[in-house]
Amino acid sequence: MKKYKDILLDPIFNNNPIALQILGICSALAVTSKLETSIVMSLAVTFVVALSNFSVSLIRNHIPSSIRILVEMTIIASLVIIADQIIKAFLFDISKQLSVYVGLIITNCIIMGRAEAFALQNTPGRSFLDGIGNGLGYSFVLLFVGFFRELFGSGKLLGFTIFPLNTEGGWYNPNGLFLLAPSAFIIIGLLIWAIRTWKPDQVEEA
Amino acid sequence: MSSDSTKKTIQVALGICLVCSILVSSAAVSLSSRQAENKQVDKIKNILAAGGIDYTNQDPQQLYNDKIKAVTVELESGKIIDDPKEKSDLLVPKNFDIKKVSNVPELSESIPSSEDIAGIKRKPSYMTVYEVVDQSGNIQKYIFPVHGKGLWSTMYGFISLDNKLKTVEGITFYEHGETPGLGGEVDNPNWKASWKGKKAFNEEGEFIIEVLKGKVDPSNPNANHQIDGLSGSTLTTRGLDNLMKYWLGENGYGPFIDKVREEGSHEEI
Repeated sequence: MKKYKDILLDPIFNNNPIALQILGICSALAVTSKLETSIVMSLAVTFVVALSNFSVSLIRNHIPSSIRILVEMTIIASLVIIADQIIKAFLFDISKQLSVYVGLIITNCIIMGRAEAFALQNTPGRSFLDGIGNGLGYSFVLLFVGFFRELFGSGKLLGFTIFPLNTEGGWYNPNGLFLLAPSAFIIIGLLIWAIRTWKPDQVEEA
Repeated sequence: MSSDSTKKTIQVALGICLVCSILVSSAAVSLSSRQAENKQVDKIKNILAAGGIDYTNQDPQQLYNDKIKAVTVELESGKIIDDPKEKSDLLVPKNFDIKKVSNVPELSESIPSSEDIAGIKRKPSYMTVYEVVDQSGNIQKYIFPVHGKGLWSTMYGFISLDNKLKTVEGITFYEHGETPGLGGEVDNPNWKASWKGKKAFNEEGEFIIEVLKGKVDPSNPNANHQIDGLSGSTLTTRGLDNLMKYWLGENGYGPFIDKVREEGSHEEI
């Protein structure tokens, strides 16, 4: 039986949902052009994956196998709608930037993957922790990508100028590539390289 | 009873649906007034920004009430409708929503594709125009809502003109889905500021602003009605050029603008 601490912390580096399992890439590309949207997206995904794991685990002994996926999807979709409504009510400007991507958390493979792979076999408490852990793993990659994209793409962090832009009288010529989705691929690629150099057991056999 | 029996399956399905629908609908209902308020404040902020009214540290709603007068204009005739509520609640400036009105057949019209340079297919037959008034009620600026297709999205914004309807006072876009950093630079404060003071109309009253592909050459005699294009976003730039031409041309606010000018010239005599 895994220890609680491992359930919580393993998904950050040892079993990262994005870096090792390569799940949830879509939103990692779409919302990371700024650090602020990355943070809100991370919180939303963590909220959804933790509570969906918890709820699925709570009723795991009653879910009929024939409608297992449907039940999971219904729970996940409801949680996503609630998260979306909360963001729209309290963080209106950010919700405009995140646009459809909050709704698309429903299709984020990490959430469905954790419900199927973990919550169906484990107690609610452990599943909740697993959800938080995977949310943290996802957040780690999102914040990492968002940090570099905002810094090099627009010379700012959280909207505060770090490198003054040459269009506004400074010295930094922003790299437009970092504002486009492909740059996230490159950054995630470099991150995976770094993690696997540090932890060679994650390297897949050729 | 095994979890896989038909009866249990139906029970679980119904139970889940019931619980989830209660959660979702209570979240939606309890937060909806707050969301509507956010939208309203956001729109007001954009109107103020287009009109060049600084709302930092002030209540936008209060400023709006003090300085902005909204009127409903029938586009084809250019007439101001005195009692829009009579025609439809949707035309009352407070409720006016371009997307909603465009979908009501009685209040909107389709645009023949030969004229549809803004790429919007349908337009409301009536639009809300905002007037910036001073304390004694004199009009200082007009703010026109404009919208049209960019590269990915329909861009919604405002352009404000001085009370002679000659020069641009400001522009802003409150909703668009253009590429951040490229077409999304329609939100760049410096670029928006470059519109201020540009000549919008020539002596014949034709709209003459051009959004160029590339930079404006200041030595060019036409520079006073040209705007820098957004670098790296040819299609957003073209969309901007087209939507401004459409809305400030004869199919947009043209008739209203002509009327205001006519009345203005009478007053001067």
